[in-house]
Amino acid sequence: MTIKKSKIVGLEQVVVRFAGDSGDGMQLTGSLFSDSTAFAGNDFATFPDYPAEIRAPQGTVAGVSGFQIHFGRKTVYTSGDLADVLIAMNPASLRANRKWIKEGAIIIVDYDTFTDKGIEKAGYTTDPCLDGSLDGFNLIKAPISTLTKDALVSLNLDNKSVLKSKNMFSLGIVMYMFNREIDLVSKYFETKFKANPLVVEANKMVLAAGFNYADTLEVLGSTFKVEAAPLEKGKYRNITGNVATAWGLMAASERSGRELFLGSYPITPATEILQELAKHKDLSVKAFQAEDEIAGIVSAIGASFTGSLAITTTSGPGLSLKGEAIGLAVMTELPLVIVDVQRGGPSTGLPTKSEQSDLLQALFGRNGDAPVIVIAAQSSVDCFYSAFEAAKMSLEHMTPAILLTDGSLANGSEVFKIPRVSDLPKINPPIVQANDPNYKPYRRDPEKLNRFWAIPGTDGLRHRIGGLEKEDGSGNVSHDPMNHQRMTLLREEKVMRVANYLPDQIIYGDENADLLVVSWGGTYGVMRTVVEKMQKQGKSVSLAHFRYIMPLPKNTEALLSKFKKIVVCELNNGQFVKYLRMSFPQYKCEQYNKIQGLPFMVAELEEKFNALLKH
Amino acid sequence: MENQIIETQSINLTKEDFSSDQMVKWCPGCGDHAILHAVENVFPNLGIRKEDFVVVSGIGCSSRFPYYMNTYGFHSIHGRAAALSTGVKVANPKLSVWMITGDGDCTAIGGNHFIHTVRRNVDINILLFNNKIYGLTKGQFSPTTPKGTKTKTSPQGSFERPFNPGELVIGAQGNFFARTLDTNPKHMTAIFIEAEKHRGTSVVEVLQNCVIFSNKAHELITSRETKEENQLMIEHGKPLIYGANRDKGIILKGTKLETVKIGENGITEEDILVHDSHEIDPGVHVMLSRMMPPEFPVALGVIRAVDFETYNDEMDTTIKHEKEISKIKNVDDLLNSGGTWTIE
Repeated sequence: MTIKKSKIVGLEQVVVRFAGDSGDGMQLTGSLFSDSTAFAGNDFATFPDYPAEIRAPQGTVAGVSGFQIHFGRKTVYTSGDLADVLIAMNPASLRANRKWIKEGAIIIVDYDTFTDKGIEKAGYTTDPCLDGSLDGFNLIKAPISTLTKDALVSLNLDNKSVLKSKNMFSLGIVMYMFNREIDLVSKYFETKFKANPLVVEANKMVLAAGFNYADTLEVLGSTFKVEAAPLEKGKYRNITGNVATAWGLMAASERSGRELFLGSYPITPATEILQELAKHKDLSVKAFQAEDEIAGIVSAIGASFTGSLAITTTSGPGLSLKGEAIGLAVMTELPLVIVDVQRGGPSTGLPTKSEQSDLLQALFGRNGDAPVIVIAAQSSVDCFYSAFEAAKMSLEHMTPAILLTDGSLANGSEVFKIPRVSDLPKINPPIVQANDPNYKPYRRDPEKLNRFWAIPGTDGLRHRIGGLEKEDGSGNVSHDPMNHQRMTLLREEKVMRVANYLPDQIIYGDENADLLVVSWGGTYGVMRTVVEKMQKQGKSVSLAHFRYIMPLPKNTEALLSKFKKIVVCELNNGQFVKYLRMSFPQYKCEQYNKIQGLPFMVAELEEKFNALLKH
Repeated sequence: MENQIIETQSINLTKEDFSSDQMVKWCPGCGDHAILHAVENVFPNLGIRKEDFVVVSGIGCSSRFPYYMNTYGFHSIHGRAAALSTGVKVANPKLSVWMITGDGDCTAIGGNHFIHTVRRNVDINILLFNNKIYGLTKGQFSPTTPKGTKTKTSPQGSFERPFNPGELVIGAQGNFFARTLDTNPKHMTAIFIEAEKHRGTSVVEVLQNCVIFSNKAHELITSRETKEENQLMIEHGKPLIYGANRDKGIILKGTKLETVKIGENGITEEDILVHDSHEIDPGVHVMLSRMMPPEFPVALGVIRAVDFETYNDEMDTTIKHEKEISKIKNVDDLLNSGGTWTIE
């Protein structure tokens, strides 16, 4: 056995990025490293970076698939800005990721792939490992393909199978670098490839070969260790935003006693929610894959009428198609959760890139005055709680609710402290008892203003609803002018009264700070990181990060009034800021927008906030 | 549905149980009135609790129907009734779901939902009121308007090729298609009962007259003078014979249907095609659906009724099976499944 390098450098946090051709197995490599990170007791967040094409031409920049993990000994809020370590399995993945690495980072390349042809395919004219363009980085030119072949010589595998396991060689190197145990990963192989003992053996051998190879590397003067994070006692798991959304909805189904019906149509990046719910027929989930986006939502409205917790999931273009049906749910005052996993728009836009540009569509994108509840998840784990809350609000207030997540949250993963379902609040939908003599389809609860849910099959409650304007109380079709005005105001007021049941908006930091940073939804992690960093430097900055968008928390105005300078940061061309200006025209809000399909970087926000503080 | 009918034989309901308190606002003379009466007559006699009916519609004149029935009802949006009905039936398969739609609602804006509902075989009944015109928007051609018809949007005569609903249903792998007439209450009643009995998507095309915008669209089939020669009342197991003197019939010659006169050219009743609505092969059913005057009489009755698994049954069977075999019994089990770790 090899002897470990004696020098171990302790680190607070590290960002590692695995990149390779989309067939190189980088997602698996990344997720195995995540498992090992969990085992090491670190907090972490991950983000996969897939190409839009399933299999773009091999060896090209378009075909590069990446996986980034950010882990630390303190709370990790994001999947990280720039990488400290890059593993590049070919020239194209080096080229595609060159701009996402820190100065002085460690770059490990499979140097066997840096042939003339490979270099040319990546769009380089000269070998970047030799032409000086990587000076200043700690470059390790590892002959990964050759060493993988050598390691497997005794198994007599064909060349293709051999090269398939070279990702495990790179994983072995990284495991060594961070002082990780490889047994855990070996055990994973035994379960995953149970049917094929030869594959188990091959992967184990290559992993060990990579691990041992790293020990021989002179350039790697030391190894690294990130101490365990002081996480609360409890049971943990890793979860992506889309799975968290699906599970939050299932938890709401259990806490409300309402069977879950999903009507949905596949669309990037929301599809995994449909896939996850389709898996769980064991929990009575009825997942209906509809013929289109419209059938998805309309079938859900049918199921809602029939007494189910009804869900539809989509992304921006799908939300556009669902607009008319959302209006129907507003008019019929039925509970319905619409999950919009936002992506870059307009039109087909940037399907695999994240953006926050559906906010105004969610708030206003329907004919008529058609208010709905809008809430926005702030992290991958929070997708669980936001989905649960959206369902609770929708069911209890009898009105559709839109949950906004985004591509980054959906595909990213985080450490999730597993809650107990019985600790989640009970959900009490206003269901009418059989033969209730006072039942009228549009009679309302005096507090919440919701109408009541009379479920088909129940004795004594037969009634008709529909998209035509309803007479207040009776629910009969009405074209009466004053009734229409009254009903429009009632629908609005019903949604506004949801605020009576919301917690106050929190401020992170001093209420008298010079600058209030405002953000919403999926940017929470980076905003917290920046603001905490600046606060530690003694800067007078506070953060208000919004999850509740419609209605806004009741203290929003009071909160804004305390600050002289406010800047609203969003990954769009200024939508939340428009909404705040419209709602509170008395306060001056500056704006900072990024519309590149990319997340905010800590450095750019810091620079912006420092500039604002100077003026 | 048949089990349900047996279980609840004791239910005593009358037509009055299903009449709502809303004023019926269709034009005087509109065929919809007769269809409403037929449905009101059918519902009490199906052995289904009155609370277990759900009537769903889209948009158009026919889609006002749910307001006139005292059942659970949903008047939805244009074209989407099939999707809404699917949601209702899948959410609670015990309900008897009746979708009311028109030729525009069903075969134009709702065409996609219609064919996919039929393909999935969701156990609902679809009554398609075909008056071959857009009525509520006041007279534009629809996907079933015959070629050459002058309407407000085809002032020179429509040059589009119309859909035949039966062909559309069977082309979408539909298992039940029947056709009836708004002028024949007895026939409508019998066909609606057949539709409810059939498990799966039952599509009934009701040839319905719009007195205002397409009056007499079905005149050849309905007028006293011409109807006997242009109507073919079909029944499973019976020969396809029609005409005032019941001396005409349909034969299968080669791969095509042909009309013949019994007693001429050596044709006897033995030669006439016997209707088999249960035949899985859709060939003859499509040909029967396509028959139109003046070459052929119009086939009225159940053209196709083939048993096939329904979407809602398959969903329930899969759920039942998964619940039996899965270790995950609740969301706590799910949250704790797979890779987890504990911090002490």
